[in-house]
Amino acid sequence: MNKILLIIQREYFSRVKKKSFLVMTFLVPVLFIGMMGLVGYLVAKQNEFGDKKKVEIVDENGMFKNKLKNSGTLEFTFVSDNYANVKGNFLNSGYDYLLYIPATLTGTQLYSEKKASAITIQNIESSLTEIASSQRLMTAGIDTAILAKAQKPISIDAKQLTATGEKDAQTYVAYAIGLLSACLIYMSLFLYGAQVMRGVIEEKVSRIIEVIISSVKPFQLMMGKIIGIGLVGLTQFVLWIVVSITLSAGAGTMMMKGGNVAKTEQVTALKNAGSPDAAVAQQAADSGMGKIMQSLESIPVTYIIFCFLFYFLSGYMLYSAIFAMVGSAVDNETETQQFMLPITLPLVFTFIISMNFIINNPDSSLSVWLSMIPFTSPIAMMIRIPFGVPTWQLALSMVLMVIGFLFTTWAAGRVYRVGILMYGKKASYRELAKWFMYKE
Amino acid sequence: MISIRNIVKQYASHRALDNVSMEIETGKVFGLLGPNGAGKTSLIRIINQITGPDSGEVLFNGEKLNQSHIERIGYLPEERGLYKKMEIGEQIMYLAQLKGLSKAEARKRIKYWFEKLEIQEWWNKKVEDLSKGMQQKVQFVATVLHEPELLILDEPFTGFDPVNAEIIKNEILELNKKGATIIFSTHRMESVEELCDSIALLNLSHKILEGKVKNIRNNYRNGTYVLEYEGAAVKLGANAPFSVLSETNNEDHNQLLLRLNTGTRINDVLQYMLPLASINRLEEKVPTMNEIFIQTVRK
Repeated sequence: MNKILLIIQREYFSRVKKKSFLVMTFLVPVLFIGMMGLVGYLVAKQNEFGDKKKVEIVDENGMFKNKLKNSGTLEFTFVSDNYANVKGNFLNSGYDYLLYIPATLTGTQLYSEKKASAITIQNIESSLTEIASSQRLMTAGIDTAILAKAQKPISIDAKQLTATGEKDAQTYVAYAIGLLSACLIYMSLFLYGAQVMRGVIEEKVSRIIEVIISSVKPFQLMMGKIIGIGLVGLTQFVLWIVVSITLSAGAGTMMMKGGNVAKTEQVTALKNAGSPDAAVAQQAADSGMGKIMQSLESIPVTYIIFCFLFYFLSGYMLYSAIFAMVGSAVDNETETQQFMLPITLPLVFTFIISMNFIINNPDSSLSVWLSMIPFTSPIAMMIRIPFGVPTWQLALSMVLMVIGFLFTTWAAGRVYRVGILMYGKKASYRELAKWFMYKE
Repeated sequence: MISIRNIVKQYASHRALDNVSMEIETGKVFGLLGPNGAGKTSLIRIINQITGPDSGEVLFNGEKLNQSHIERIGYLPEERGLYKKMEIGEQIMYLAQLKGLSKAEARKRIKYWFEKLEIQEWWNKKVEDLSKGMQQKVQFVATVLHEPELLILDEPFTGFDPVNAEIIKNEILELNKKGATIIFSTHRMESVEELCDSIALLNLSHKILEGKVKNIRNNYRNGTYVLEYEGAAVKLGANAPFSVLSETNNEDHNQLLLRLNTGTRINDVLQYMLPLASINRLEEKVPTMNEIFIQTVRK
């Protein structure tokens, strides 16, 4: 036991002391927050950055003239020439799109030299539909005021009604937390699993392996390495969280200041325009922020962090044991390719399914099954947990997970003990099976 | 010290050791010899408990081999290495602690050995900054640091220049004098004659020869002698008390390989030759371990 501790210490400190660890610790949160900031900035300013596409419009009965407003990326020009001429000259006209709206509105067409992007078509379609429907309602004699009221959007308050009473469902927050934790687990399984593999290969290539296993059992060495690197991962997570919170708290205060200015401006503008919506806008702006804060407070943070750590650690143990096995079977990193696919496949598969299916159907039977199978449950279960998982399912999944990693570490250990002493033998699956069967 | 009894080790389709037995006496230097693939490494790994035998047993001072023996053995494998990115001092500390030394004790002993081998200034160097020979020295220190009763050295001299090989050889002999039993596996037969008290020769998974070096060489004697004399070649008469097996004539000296006639002694040879030539040397031709090795393995 004492020897495993020594191995854990070496594996841990030799990595934590590296400069690259320190760099990663600070760089990743900075890059992450910077990237989020940049994305936010670009989305906010997309109208300024986006290419303006020029659209010429032949509107046969002039229904849309002055009503179709230039959007960020589209600039509309109404031409009075007849359709056939405009169409004939389109290629030399300098316009990117030609929109033809016949008097009947049916058979509206959009021409362009290159294929039109889906979003452009959608934008134009929805703008036209909105204008046309207002127009039709107006001609039917409906008041603009009634129209404005009718178009007021409805926002749904999702609540859960359980035996203990009702509470906010916070679907969006659950969504975000599920996504974030699944992403983190997915990335870290690869990141630290690959580190274990590289560590094993390093020991094999540098030929220190035989020196070490004349002092400790191969299984002790493997477990020491896995636990040591797992602790490096935990340390990295904790540091990332601390650094991120510090950084985003700093960035947050700055954003808040900016945000308040924008909000005030918006409200003032509305007030000046004499709109009765000003007060509503003020309220909405306040309550939006307040709601997010509120739901953040009501999340069972300890519970989610506990589950996250459990699934990270157990998933990591399971996969890193397999990574260690692969590392022991090869003589260098390029040879690992043939074994990587079966390892990465369940991970990538679960990740894609999680992002597209489980997150939208957290209680479907496929989701439940995936959150039970040890190879897929670390990701699948973390997506489901923020939405609420029955205790028996969580307990069963955790028990299966523990059985899963105990089994894989045992099986991987059997291959590992033989593999680390094999040089120059091209490892195949058959060979691995043979090593597994070797007696002590 | 070590009794190896009827060891069989089978790998999938290949039998590495087939019913091998041998005795390694306490305080002696034991040579484990054999061509590549004979089973030496398999046997050494069994003694080190890296692998286990399929059948048979190994006794360490009469006890069946167990975990507690690991700390009493020092092993320098043929395939050896160190962590490239780790500092030398830290690295040996780690290896010593794995063999059960306390931190303080390990530090003290490393200091002692580093001073002895004059490598004190290497403590903070990384392995990748050292030459191959330097790495071997560090590795040697790591092997002997926990003062093992049994030292297993697999080709300990590879990578050393002659000066350093001599230093290491003397260190090995000194450790042996202090009581360590040494198992020495090598292809370099001249060092076997120099170092080993007894040997075992493995070939194709079987032990084909075992015994004291002196006895083995004696057994392989075939009564031939080398005689060297100065000056021009001498014409030998029919009454010579020996027959010449081969003759080499050089500019200033001649060499005869001869066999005594039955009933004659070595003195008769001298008596016969003395009036005829000025003799440089006359000695019995005892086969070297190298010759015995090749001869036995080829059989």
